[in-house]
Amino acid sequence: MKNLTTAPLKDIGGESFRWERYTPLQRMRRFAGMFIVAGILLWTISTIDVFWPWVWTAPAEMQDMIYRMIPPNPRALPEILPALLETINIASVGTLLAIIISLPVAYFGARNVSPNRFTLAIARVIIVSSRSIDTLIWALLFVAILGPGPLAGVVAIAFRSVGFLGKLIGESIEEMDWGPIEALQASGASQGHIINYAIVPQIIPSFWAVAILRWDINIRESTVLGMVGAGGIGMLFQVAIDLFRWNTVSMVLVSIVVVVLFGEVVTGIVRRKII
Amino acid sequence: MNKALSGGGSSAGHFHWKRPPFISNPVLRYGLLTAFVVYFAYVFNTLEVNPERIVRGIPRAMQIFSGAIPPDFSARGKLIFTGFIESIQITFLATFAGVLLSIPFAFAAARNIAILPIYGLGRGIIIVARSLHPVVLGVLFVKAVGFGAFAGVLTLIIYTLGFVGKLLAEAIEEIKHGQIEAIRSTGAGYFSVLVYAVLPQIMPRLIGLTMYQLDINLRASAVIGLVGAGGIGNTLNSAFGRYDYGTASAILLVMIIIILFAESVSSRLRRFTR
Repeated sequence: MKNLTTAPLKDIGGESFRWERYTPLQRMRRFAGMFIVAGILLWTISTIDVFWPWVWTAPAEMQDMIYRMIPPNPRALPEILPALLETINIASVGTLLAIIISLPVAYFGARNVSPNRFTLAIARVIIVSSRSIDTLIWALLFVAILGPGPLAGVVAIAFRSVGFLGKLIGESIEEMDWGPIEALQASGASQGHIINYAIVPQIIPSFWAVAILRWDINIRESTVLGMVGAGGIGMLFQVAIDLFRWNTVSMVLVSIVVVVLFGEVVTGIVRRKII
Repeated sequence: MNKALSGGGSSAGHFHWKRPPFISNPVLRYGLLTAFVVYFAYVFNTLEVNPERIVRGIPRAMQIFSGAIPPDFSARGKLIFTGFIESIQITFLATFAGVLLSIPFAFAAARNIAILPIYGLGRGIIIVARSLHPVVLGVLFVKAVGFGAFAGVLTLIIYTLGFVGKLLAEAIEEIKHGQIEAIRSTGAGYFSVLVYAVLPQIMPRLIGLTMYQLDINLRASAVIGLVGAGGIGNTLNSAFGRYDYGTASAILLVMIIIILFAESVSSRLRRFTR
């Protein structure tokens, strides 16, 4: 027994045998990967525009900020609670609006049901541009158009969510079973009946899952809308920061965490109960 | 199935088939529907929609769009270029440091590895990091360490910690226990078990997550600049501030292209590592 554990492995095969985890090619690939990563890091650190003295004082500055934030100021709550409610409402209405817009977008954007290439291209462009521009940038645009307030936030949330919902619902349309559709076509059903009885029942579970997921994400996103003037808790946060009211800032942070967790818990319950 | 088939009124020999409802429990179904309607009725009442202001906004929208078309790449071309380079640098640094940082936190937040108090701490930190939007973090870091790319890097490190930390912890909780027992039976200590039994099992997932996080961080790095944390968002914000909508639309166009490109590269690399 003792002999087995202490004997070097190379003696097992008689001549010089050494167990190795990777083949030489694999090892070369791994080294190449590490080399690339190291090169990128080196380039980044040497060229990035950072004022290094600020980096060395950062821990002290951060500690100072955290000390100023403790304890959170509960007297800010009468201001915070209505803003939190507005945050959730913006997320909900924005998601609802996005769902309404995204259903036709998903239908026209799905390769297997889209009537022709023209509608497919239009739907794809809507999905791509909506998805690639962040909610906050949409908010910046709509605050300029609609003026500051929750309406700009709702529209921004909706514009960002249309692409997300359209893409994922469209993918579930593309993956559905073609059998029921053929069955209905064989019975002479109209296109409306086919959508209603063959397509909708197949995509409805993933539709609800995606819609609920997006509502959860949108609560998180709508917490920052106020920083560009689009309503919700973000405005209070920005004001408290600008006035150096650190105890209010930390109260706002705590309440943001609580409301995001609330959204996660609600979506978790709905997901378990329904889907 | 039987219930669904016989559902609907079959009185007087007149059979009419009805689709089975998505939520089979009628109390839950109508309860949710009522709650839904009541909530949205209330929200639409409280939401101040001023139609007059929207009408006044239309010419403003026209002005913005006429300024934005065609996009103007040349006037601030150099600024756009350096802005995107900075965003990419922030993305790389933050992803690398953030993933490294999230490994110990993921170990701490895995119930099968960590003892209860450590688990609670690790989970708590990851939950807080996940709940705060990068822009909120960005504002805090800009206040703490000043404007620029460094604040952006710190922001995205925390953002990465929240995301990778959570998913990695879940991956650790799903590992097979055979390897752990095997390594432990050789007399290895706690940290040797982590390095030789746990880490190899989560490595493919870790690399995949890193690729995914590069994509996510690139998107986020475009936004945190809006609050002064460096990158293309800074450039975009000042373009908007100067009513230079031609430059703004040029930035948005490039942003769409880069994000789409990064997304496809990231998903291809992830497929490669799997």
